[in-house]
Amino acid sequence: MSRQASRLDQKKVNSELFTLTYGTLVTQLLRDYENVEDVNKQLERMGYNIGVRLIEDFLARTSSGRCTDFKETAEKIQMGFKMFLGISPNITNWSPAGDEFSLIFDSNPLIEFVELPDNFMQLKYSNILPGVLRGACEMVQMEISSWFVQDQLKGDNCTELRVKFIKRLEDAIPAGED
Amino acid sequence: MTIYNFYLFDKNGTLLYYAEWFRVKQSGMTREEEGKLMYGMLFSLKTFVTRISPMDVKEGFLYYKTSKYVLNYFETPTGLKFVLNTDIVSPNNRDILQQIYSQIYVEYVVKNPLCSMNEAIESELFKTKLDEFIKRTPIYSVRSV
Repeated sequence: MSRQASRLDQKKVNSELFTLTYGTLVTQLLRDYENVEDVNKQLERMGYNIGVRLIEDFLARTSSGRCTDFKETAEKIQMGFKMFLGISPNITNWSPAGDEFSLIFDSNPLIEFVELPDNFMQLKYSNILPGVLRGACEMVQMEISSWFVQDQLKGDNCTELRVKFIKRLEDAIPAGED
Repeated sequence: MTIYNFYLFDKNGTLLYYAEWFRVKQSGMTREEEGKLMYGMLFSLKTFVTRISPMDVKEGFLYYKTSKYVLNYFETPTGLKFVLNTDIVSPNNRDILQQIYSQIYVEYVVKNPLCSMNEAIESELFKTKLDEFIKRTPIYSVRSV
């Protein structure tokens, strides 16, 4: 059993390598699309595709079950950030209905070594993260949306990611006899 | 002790993978039909168990047992369904299914971008690893049939 336990140990990789690789990706997208809006969209879409797969890795490692409420989901998301990016964002600013919260990042590994040129103020540099969250939650029957309200790259003190619960997706029922 | 066969369904009921080791009797239908029948049964059982339970269900349907075999069932929050038929003397096999999920499926399907996640699994690597894994489990051993 010890062999299996060590095999599941997270493979550590230098976060600088990751940061720079992500930077290259964003640069390449800016070159390919020219339009900043399109780049935001592409990053979100890529994130979505990552999230769809990442959720399986997360569940397999934590062997956690379905969430009973959105608060639990928030904690799981926080745990995910710890696991995959090595950061623990704070959960705050719950909406009264309990269907919206914010994740506050003191530091964001994606934006280390990054400065936004003035003509790219519309660029949502870390827009891959909302995509990942959307993809991962969709796979566990939850439709959410998330977006950045504060960004250190744009001069804010911290990075704030807002997450909103939209609805529960229904379980698929088997197709009838044809 | 024996492992008979294994099914893997996705959340839409697609039969992603099927493998067998010591299956003596075939169902007499195509694999595709058999998969549908199996999935339908699992789905009904799951709903039935949840509905009829006198208490709040946490895990729901785990396994059923006949005079000849045990059907072990494991479902992930993402709706993947792992099914393993073993003989009746084998102990609880839930952790085997959990390990198939975390050590075989996630490693060789999810982390392989060339493997589509809602179609039947074609990967040879997955196939070999699963086979190796099953053959390494303590409950796998050839027994006169």
